[in-house]
Amino acid sequence: MTELTLGKALGAGLRQAMRDDDKVVLLGEDIGRLGGVFRITDGLLDEFGAARVIDTPLAESGIVGTAVGLAFRGYRPVVEIQFDGFVYPAFDQIVAQVAKLHYRTQGRVKMPITIRIPWAGGIGAAEHHSESPEAYFVHTAGLRVVAVSNPEDAYRSLRQAIASDDPVIFFEPKRLYHHKGEVDLEAPLADAPPMGLARVVRAGTDATLITYGAMVGTALQAAEAAEDEGISLEVIDLRSLSPVDYDSVAASVRKTGRVVVAHEASREAGVAAEVIASITERCFEYLESAPLRVTGHDVPYPPAKLEKYHLPDLDRLLDAVDRVLDRPNSLTGADA
Amino acid sequence: MSPQITPIADTAQDLELAERILAPDGTRIANSRLDPFVADVDAEQLRSLLRDMVILRRIDAEGVALQRQGQLGLWAPCQGQEATQIGTARALAPEDYVFPSYRETGVIYARGAQPGDYVRMWRGEEGAAYDPAALGVAPLQIIIGAQTLHAVGYALGIQHDRAAEVAVTYFGDGATSQGDVNEAMIFASSYQAPVVFVCQNNHWAISEPVSVQSQYPIAGRAPGFGIPSVRVDGNDVLACMAAMRWALEHARSGKGPAYIEAVTYRMGPHTTADDPTRYRDEAELESWRRRDPIARLEAHLRARGELSEEHLADTQAAADIVAKEMRAACLGMVTRPPLAVFDGVYAEPHTGLDRQRDEYAAYLASFESEAGA
Repeated sequence: MTELTLGKALGAGLRQAMRDDDKVVLLGEDIGRLGGVFRITDGLLDEFGAARVIDTPLAESGIVGTAVGLAFRGYRPVVEIQFDGFVYPAFDQIVAQVAKLHYRTQGRVKMPITIRIPWAGGIGAAEHHSESPEAYFVHTAGLRVVAVSNPEDAYRSLRQAIASDDPVIFFEPKRLYHHKGEVDLEAPLADAPPMGLARVVRAGTDATLITYGAMVGTALQAAEAAEDEGISLEVIDLRSLSPVDYDSVAASVRKTGRVVVAHEASREAGVAAEVIASITERCFEYLESAPLRVTGHDVPYPPAKLEKYHLPDLDRLLDAVDRVLDRPNSLTGADA
Repeated sequence: MSPQITPIADTAQDLELAERILAPDGTRIANSRLDPFVADVDAEQLRSLLRDMVILRRIDAEGVALQRQGQLGLWAPCQGQEATQIGTARALAPEDYVFPSYRETGVIYARGAQPGDYVRMWRGEEGAAYDPAALGVAPLQIIIGAQTLHAVGYALGIQHDRAAEVAVTYFGDGATSQGDVNEAMIFASSYQAPVVFVCQNNHWAISEPVSVQSQYPIAGRAPGFGIPSVRVDGNDVLACMAAMRWALEHARSGKGPAYIEAVTYRMGPHTTADDPTRYRDEAELESWRRRDPIARLEAHLRARGELSEEHLADTQAAADIVAKEMRAACLGMVTRPPLAVFDGVYAEPHTGLDRQRDEYAAYLASFESEAGA
């Protein structure tokens, strides 16, 4: 095992994928000599050369459209979108082209494209640098959507995404880029759990907290805090947002009967809504209380000084836990 | 003195600015720039080009007829653009790869399309009309201009493979306003990718004249991207072939992208759902009838004494056979069973979609058991 930051683990994953398959090429803005604005591709230009680590013009639709053409030619492009909020110019190419070509051609044309997106908030960034656009892509048939929360998953699932014959939107929580964790760099990909599997990060019995990305850490803190009050929370890291591993989710819900789903993204028609609807369809008779969402508000991502009022934090998670457990909470008042 | 641009709102004037080898009456004109690229084209080859254009026009007419008869949901006619499509596509090497829009019936014909390939998508049977690998042509593209970027990406792959192939993309005058097309030109230029851009300026983007897209000759934009370009008479099949041979040679020899604007005219509606009488004059249509690409080549061959009635009759008979086969293929298509709606969304299993398929299969099966009960 090697201790790596999440950012370094992603870089190691890219390096390994490029060594494993010379059809893997990287495209993005500033990914060459600079190594990317987050240095994820640091050192890759030196090892693989400019033909495989391609600094592109500043045009996101152009980057993704070019990746489509490379895929037609048999390549496995890995695209870096510099920031979450910059993916929108590429939206048409992703939704109308990348997601559909396999279906249109009944599998004759494959789109093994990985689109890496430094993602979400909590870093005090400027406008358009803290977005959580995952629901748009989850809603799009033909895409797989992955969100990582730790270095080990980052290293493994990025390689899995690149090896997949399907297009994968790969979300990397920016605020965890410098978080460290143990990574088994030698573990064969063949032995790894499938990319679509969720993970029970912490076992518990009273309620299930479901989330993904950087919020997994917040959920674990909430579970620890709840334990002090004698409440046992199960924390699930979805890891894959399309497909969602409902077998793991349902197994937990059947055990606890109470559910909170949390994410940074705003609420309406978001991932939490979909997850709760699916839980309700599958496990209604096991539910002891109405499942709750804890999410960003339905506002444009706010200015940095206000983001702490937007992002779900430990206390908002615990308040929701109190609500699903019918304990005194912000709506009942402390005396209820 | 005020800054000047070249206005192109006058479509008659516009065409006179394009390079040609055959005048509208079929007279051969010396063209020092284009002539060397078609020096080998003899009467036999000219007759074969004529044959292809006649067959294409017949295929196009059959497509319109099938739509009118309720057999196709839609058809995008290419009547009037036969010289552009046949002239450029006949210059391609088999290993070149084409990224077309949706109006390139002549291009897929020249690449060896089977009768059903013309109609499969428009009939609504499949998302793609043909096997891309079989024709070396990507699926028809409906999003305006999106395919130009795909061609550039493919060309980067060619470059990376050190192959002597060229990626070619076709698009219309309307597409030149799209960001994707401009981005494609930038990417192509920056990497000197072996890609040829073929803009079929057919003067109309549904109801919008080309002057809404550009107040400057479209081919004139390319040099600003660092891409050499040529503006040809798109109703002159010889000029189109010559321009395409120049562009392909340029790209194939490692000199980077090339750009062709073929100035032509969409004689029919945008699609069978369109009514062009609402937005364009009969007089304009009439002026373009006099520049018909097929009549032009026919007149040229006749003047040279190289066109027999027998050849014309043979060609028409061949066209009728292709149309008949196309109709038979269309009417004989068998729609896939209901669960096929789920096929091919992903290359690998997707638990969410697999569950939906199972639920829908059970729903469908419930009718069968009801009927059996």
